[in-house]
Amino acid sequence: MGIVSSKLGNLGVVTTTLDEAVNWARTGAMWPLLFGLACCAIEMMSTQASHYDMSRFGMELNRASPRQSDLIIIAGRVSRKMAPVIRQLYDQMASPKWVIAMGDCASCSGVYNNYALVQGVDEVIPVDVYIAGCPPRPEQLIHGILTLHEKIRGDRIAEWAT
Amino acid sequence: MGQSFGAVSGITDVDGPTSVSTWEGNVDELRGLVSERAFTGETMLLNMGPHHPSTHGVLRVLLELDGEEIVSCLPDVGYLHTGIEKTIEAKTYEKGIPLTDRTDYLAPMSNNMVYSMAIEKLVDLDVPYKAQIMRIIGLELTRINSHLVWLGTHALDLGAMSVFLYCFREREYILEMFEIISGQRMMTSYIRPGGVWRDFPPEFLPKLQAFLDFFPRRIDDYENLLTGNPLWIERTQGVGILEPDKALAWGCTGPTLRGSGVNWDLRKAVPYSSYEEFDFDVPVGEHGDVYDRFYCRILEMRESVKILQQAIKKLPAKGPYRSENRKYVMPPRSELGQSMEAVIHHFKLWTEGFATPDKDVYVAIESPRGELGCYVHGTGGNKPRRVHLRTPSFVHISALPVMSEGHLIADLVAIIGSIDIVLGDCDR
Ligand code: SF4
Repeated sequence: MGIVSSKLGNLGVVTTTLDEAVNWARTGAMWPLLFGLACCAIEMMSTQASHYDMSRFGMELNRASPRQSDLIIIAGRVSRKMAPVIRQLYDQMASPKWVIAMGDCASCSGVYNNYALVQGVDEVIPVDVYIAGCPPRPEQLIHGILTLHEKIRGDRIAEWAT
Repeated sequence: MGQSFGAVSGITDVDGPTSVSTWEGNVDELRGLVSERAFTGETMLLNMGPHHPSTHGVLRVLLELDGEEIVSCLPDVGYLHTGIEKTIEAKTYEKGIPLTDRTDYLAPMSNNMVYSMAIEKLVDLDVPYKAQIMRIIGLELTRINSHLVWLGTHALDLGAMSVFLYCFREREYILEMFEIISGQRMMTSYIRPGGVWRDFPPEFLPKLQAFLDFFPRRIDDYENLLTGNPLWIERTQGVGILEPDKALAWGCTGPTLRGSGVNWDLRKAVPYSSYEEFDFDVPVGEHGDVYDRFYCRILEMRESVKILQQAIKKLPAKGPYRSENRKYVMPPRSELGQSMEAVIHHFKLWTEGFATPDKDVYVAIESPRGELGCYVHGTGGNKPRRVHLRTPSFVHISALPVMSEGHLIADLVAIIGSIDIVLGDCDR
């Protein structure tokens, strides 16, 4: 006890709103779905690995099951064969859930304007944050995640309930 | 049978509203592909993938299981089909380079290389010696880079988390070097028809030398963690055996073939880009199991270090880094301010490209995964009629059933890791 109070000082009472407390918790421990599609997924792995270390944002824990995750990062190009699978994964995630479209392909299919790809994953699922780049640098992905955190901090529980 | 049918649809436990249907096919379509026992309910059909953490991307494998034992295994590819070959047909030759980067995204320089070599063969373009050595430096760094990702993810699949973190630490160093020479971390587009994009900046070679000095010790670290580790040996030795004759019959190449004891490396067999001047060994396995394939790649990284060390010594200080044949190769930027002719060539090559003879060529190189071939058919115009990539991942996936029959599901994860597939390479 003595150590704690000497380190923290006498904090006294902290007041906050329920919204802020909930959003603080939500942003501090997001569990992304362990899901990679193409080249961008390799950069996503770099972001999670030692050098960039995404666990600084409470995101080191990737879940392989959509039911345990609240963020899906679409890292790569979405082919027509893959699109139904992505929709299914998204539907299986429990609310509240967020989507990041990482890279040009996921945002708008990038350099491939052709028969094989869905022209942006937002044709299949709603997207919260788009990250440009082919592939985006890990810093860009981190910036995208922080942007998402900002968005979440603005959420109001009353709106969720409606 | 009703039970098996449910399993085929893959995602049977959807409880929320869903806007897409599950598998709509007829279970009879599988007749002939799986054994008859699957239709009586004696064995179970199970989907692994396309969303599975251990399939290295979006591979789907339909498994027929007797208990935990694999009776048959049907790989289903195409979840990452991007139409890259078709897209290249609509572009001039040089503009196809950035697309080749994105096929095998763990070894972009190998793809640049094979496509550039095909075009060079098509139009009879010579590559200066300096450019050849620079290419080798790029290619061998790519090989190490790709093997590091493979080692990290393969070990991660089998439960060794720390190897992944170490491998990516070194990989980050290589990516920094790539960024120095090409301006991009992953999709380098550095190797172009006729040479390379630009000369090495002065800070590159010291950085490369530093890397070569510390990297062998890092490989020792990985080996300390894995090579003699009883758990690792238990999971990998004797698993997924591929006999040499079968490996050849299924068209396997690269470490997947060499792990089975066949000494075949295109760098030695059909040398390109002055590889014949280099002194290196080709590691060959013995048993053809997961462990031997793993060990081949570890040794290959050491050989790559050897090649890189020789390449630094061989690299000429002066000389052109790309061909001076201005009909096909862009003039350097520095010339644009001084020579009208250079401006015209620059304009012509970027707007129109160059024309090639109406013939077809095939070239192949040793990519980190095996024989990477490129077939280009010129039309006489400035765009190819057909470009096809012979990618090792596609071939190796077709050999997956041979390796995995009779094994447990957990072994399948080890086997998929050991053949080092990249789905972008496979589906393109
Ligand atoms: S945006 Fe670029 S790097 Fe990302 S998946 Fe698409 S092609 Fe690959």
